[in-house]
Amino acid sequence: MTQHTRAKSEAFTPSGQIQFGVFFQGVNSGAIWKAAESGSQTDFESFRRIAQTAERGLFAAFFLGEGLRLREHLGRPHALDVAGRPDAQTMLAALASVTRNIGLVATQNTTYNDPADLAHRLASLDLISGGRAAWNIVTTDNAWTGANFRRGGYLDHADRYRHAEAFVETAKRIWDSWENPDGPARRVLHRGRHYTVDVTPRLPPSGQYRPVLFQAGDSPDGRNFAARQADVIFAAHPKFDDAVEFRKDLVQRSVAAGRGANAVQIMPASEFILAPTAAEAAEKKEWVRSLQIGPQQAIAYLEQFWGRELSNYDPDGPLPDIDPVVEETSETRGSGFHGAKARQLADQWRAEAKDKGLSIRQFVISKTARIDATFTGSYTSVADQLTEYARVGAVDGFNISPWLIPAGLDDIVNHLVPELQERGVYPTEYRGSTLREHLGLETPGRTADEAVEVAGA
Amino acid sequence: MNAEHTSRPGFLAIELDGAGWAGADITRAVLAAESAGFHAATFTDAPAPGRANALQRAAFAAPVTRSIALVPEVDTVYTEPFHISTQLASLDYVSGGRAGWVVTAAESPEAAAAVGRSSVTGAALGQEAAASIEVSRRLWDSWEDDAVIRDVATGRYIDMDKLHYVDFETPADFAGAGYSVKGPSIIPRPLQGQLPVLVPASLLGEVSADAVDGVLVSAPMPELLAAEVRDVRDRVGVGVAVVAELDVVLDARGQAAASRVAVLDGGRAALAGSAAGLTDFLAELLKEADGVRLHPTSLFVDLEELGRLVLPELRRRAALRPVVRDGTFRDLLGLERPASRYAPASAAPAGVRH
Repeated sequence: MTQHTRAKSEAFTPSGQIQFGVFFQGVNSGAIWKAAESGSQTDFESFRRIAQTAERGLFAAFFLGEGLRLREHLGRPHALDVAGRPDAQTMLAALASVTRNIGLVATQNTTYNDPADLAHRLASLDLISGGRAAWNIVTTDNAWTGANFRRGGYLDHADRYRHAEAFVETAKRIWDSWENPDGPARRVLHRGRHYTVDVTPRLPPSGQYRPVLFQAGDSPDGRNFAARQADVIFAAHPKFDDAVEFRKDLVQRSVAAGRGANAVQIMPASEFILAPTAAEAAEKKEWVRSLQIGPQQAIAYLEQFWGRELSNYDPDGPLPDIDPVVEETSETRGSGFHGAKARQLADQWRAEAKDKGLSIRQFVISKTARIDATFTGSYTSVADQLTEYARVGAVDGFNISPWLIPAGLDDIVNHLVPELQERGVYPTEYRGSTLREHLGLETPGRTADEAVEVAGA
Repeated sequence: MNAEHTSRPGFLAIELDGAGWAGADITRAVLAAESAGFHAATFTDAPAPGRANALQRAAFAAPVTRSIALVPEVDTVYTEPFHISTQLASLDYVSGGRAGWVVTAAESPEAAAAVGRSSVTGAALGQEAAASIEVSRRLWDSWEDDAVIRDVATGRYIDMDKLHYVDFETPADFAGAGYSVKGPSIIPRPLQGQLPVLVPASLLGEVSADAVDGVLVSAPMPELLAAEVRDVRDRVGVGVAVVAELDVVLDARGQAAASRVAVLDGGRAALAGSAAGLTDFLAELLKEADGVRLHPTSLFVDLEELGRLVLPELRRRAALRPVVRDGTFRDLLGLERPASRYAPASAAPAGVRH
């Protein structure tokens, strides 16, 4: 089987294709709520519309993020961005009944879930959806988030990947516990530092054997974790040269992990601003950015790093001349903000803004917008760009964050997808009925039993 | 108080266990239940081979139905209260306000072993249930109804004064490992404000009647159900729906019920026989109970007979409430939409819908 030889080979072979996923993120400044066209972020109709549009465009997957604690700003809920999101698996189970093919990816963390329970629920989603489920593994671990959970912040940041890996190995054993689909399942035991599992699994393998595994971490530990465990990495390197470099790095790591050069696919986060002509697209981008980062959001962004109110500063003026009052930024606005050295950063930013002649608002746009991750241009020029990615195998696809809900995929599906199909780099039909088939992933073999008791985790 | 049960017609719920985990079968079962005229479908979550997660089965059923309430069992002992609150609120969104919650407290040592905790027994089960209910109820109220303001002029998507920390702490006498939940919820207030919460009568005591909207009542034999219902009503008052639990196996497809009786659940009253007999029994029982939940022995076989013979006749006798298209589960139970406990008294009049 070609898939098989490709995956096991030590030489990377580009598939020559790209695929799309959609990430219904909804809790950062990327999602515009101020436009007349901005719909509800919580009503089911918004989710249905996005998922069905994505499916019309033959997208491989629909992703949902996970909410564990509402973001805060200076000690209170952050008011300026979209906030509030449904439970990923509940929403995906509902979407499974109004879609037929698209993969359904739930972001779920390994710190505030139990392996047996989470593995069961993912297996359940996988069966209910006819083999379309995936798990986007994240490792959020801070005590601030832990304040919503029974165990609180019990995990050291340094231990998070070791813990996550033991968690994922246990989940895989639970999904692997069937000699054949009619059962019975074998009992799964795990005794580790942070939890103990003794369970007889209750659900058989799905049409794709087990949920597809996505992983989103980008640190060296995160990359190694993905190389060992994941099917797809939800990466942060969409720019062409970076993507090529990232591919090389990941290929090395997955070969080193004994999984072959094609074993882990890459789908970076991205944003698309498209129009019939380049000029119209550039104009649209100005509009999008002005709505993503309003004056209040620009000030609030800096306040997060300064740790103090800056509302008397002019968003169209220079960066604040006063110094931050905090040593390090807190985790309360999300992982991107965690632990930056505030004073050092402020000095650096003031110099950078002065150098480039940027106002607060312009500067914040330059920091927050997905500069590298944004494809702006005419349908044809962006299609040409993506074709180059496909040709060299820089990525396997893109995970698109729409900036408008629920119409944000219409341009992509109506105009970009047909251009890509004409160029022969995008699917013209779903390859099968499962997510694993859409992605061209091989069916995993059973996890070796001796490999599972990960030491000390 | 001698709770004088009003003669309001009752409602019928059906347990859809037996439909399996395949999407197509879940759809077939819930559509059959809805077209038969059932008011609510429940989804058991007790661990059993081949049984998929109840909440997901209910969520899958939501977009294909319009009137039937969707009420999964969710355990409170070995689950995270924050997660289950979000999951149930999400079910309310995907079902357009037709979600409810059958609270369970897992007793089996296997459930404890699966998550590496020591087994919870006795009164501690009810304490876990009571704590989880309280956490969910606070989190559901933690966004006031009009917290999402989308005020372009001030750049505010939410009014942060309308979001509230819930600061839940388990009580001092909590038998298990105590915990706290900070809040606010990660999802805006559910469409119903508060989802109806139903508990088995066995959890009453540790779980206060004030904390629930319905109680599930079992008896060892059908003849004892009415008395048991009266007894529970005396304990909980008229504000709480009393729902009788009944296993059924009907004469169907040319086979007598007696020959179809497989293994019926130990603790529940079971009625085997003709559709006419069941109809008469339910008509009488619904004079005492607000609702009855039926547990068919063989889902698709019994559902066919129930829809063909039993529900139409009960409806003809005016024993059943109307089924309301796009109505909420609260509407079905006759419950007002409550204001958030955190809202200033004047700000959110009861009954506001959006």
